[in-house]
Amino acid sequence: MTDTDDRTAERARARPVRDGLVLGLAVGTSGVAFGAAAVGSGMNVAQACVLSLLAFTGASQFALAGAVASGGLAGGVAGAILLGSRNTLYGLRLADLLPPRGARKLVAAHGVIDETTAISLAQPDPAAARLGFWATFATIYVTWNLTTLLGAFGAGRLGSPQSLGIDVVGPAAFLALIWPRLRAGRAERAVGLAGAVIALAATSFLPPGVPVILAATAALAGALISPRPAGPRPAGPRPAGPGPGGAEDPRLPDSGEAGVP
Amino acid sequence: MTGIWVAVLVMAAGCYALKLTGLIVPRGVLDNPRVRRFAELVPIALLAALTAVQAFGAGQSLGMDPARLAGLGAAVAALLLRAPFLVVIVVAAGTAAVLRALGVG
Repeated sequence: MTDTDDRTAERARARPVRDGLVLGLAVGTSGVAFGAAAVGSGMNVAQACVLSLLAFTGASQFALAGAVASGGLAGGVAGAILLGSRNTLYGLRLADLLPPRGARKLVAAHGVIDETTAISLAQPDPAAARLGFWATFATIYVTWNLTTLLGAFGAGRLGSPQSLGIDVVGPAAFLALIWPRLRAGRAERAVGLAGAVIALAATSFLPPGVPVILAATAALAGALISPRPAGPRPAGPRPAGPGPGGAEDPRLPDSGEAGVP
Repeated sequence: MTGIWVAVLVMAAGCYALKLTGLIVPRGVLDNPRVRRFAELVPIALLAALTAVQAFGAGQSLGMDPARLAGLGAAVAALLLRAPFLVVIVVAAGTAAVLRALGVG
């Protein structure tokens, strides 16, 4: 093995870990906003922290805080859980990459969220995807829980999340995460656009959280309209070059650097 | 207060069960190319939906927050310039924060 090979291998391991750390720190710190929102809604500090430790899925947690604030707890819980159902779909994609059984699988399941999925699927191979998953999971878990505690205690004492632009962190992060996938092909862009439009259109007459789930119908339509032939590696992460089955799809440009963050 | 504890624990259990379900569904499910393509496209649809809802959402209605939209616009510009993830986030939040400090939004 030459020096170049060593360096390449080292970079291949370093990148998913670095991506996970950067994303984990960037997104995990929004636990401050959740802690503040939870206590502001009427939860106590312990409830806010238990939620971050055991539920560990941001959108659902914010939804529950909203439900506590507005009453309607039962419906709020149902909506918040439903919002977490996208993690089931992420799990389908990650199942091949994560430990197949045992305690490690039970631990890994807790980490199946938006960010770990995005980082894992942006890696060029399964080994990098696994590294990215665990790095992202560990970083976000620690950061999210520490900053939840901070936000719950400091609610109101810090600057308002609005004045710091914290409310833009979520959408900007999600946009950055899907950016490389949107560049992968026309079908991907159409599905993303349709998902956004469906969710926006449904927002005013469905409970919070449900419009986002409804957006999955865009993926369903996309899959029915343009399924790609079965590839050799089911459900593996997208390779750095054209996607699985990409050779059969002339519309797919070279996605090149599959780089999330 | 007890009601909130019940809500917290029920939600935690439900969220974990949903995560685990995705991992234990029989692998054969993904043998179908349409199912596989669906699983591949789902994160795109949901993350795009989350982006849109968080960008335009104001509770259960839609709203235009000029500073927030400008922040997102700055994020798009940074992405087009292939900025690293953290730069995109800082540019987005910083743009909104500066605009609000100037009284926009």
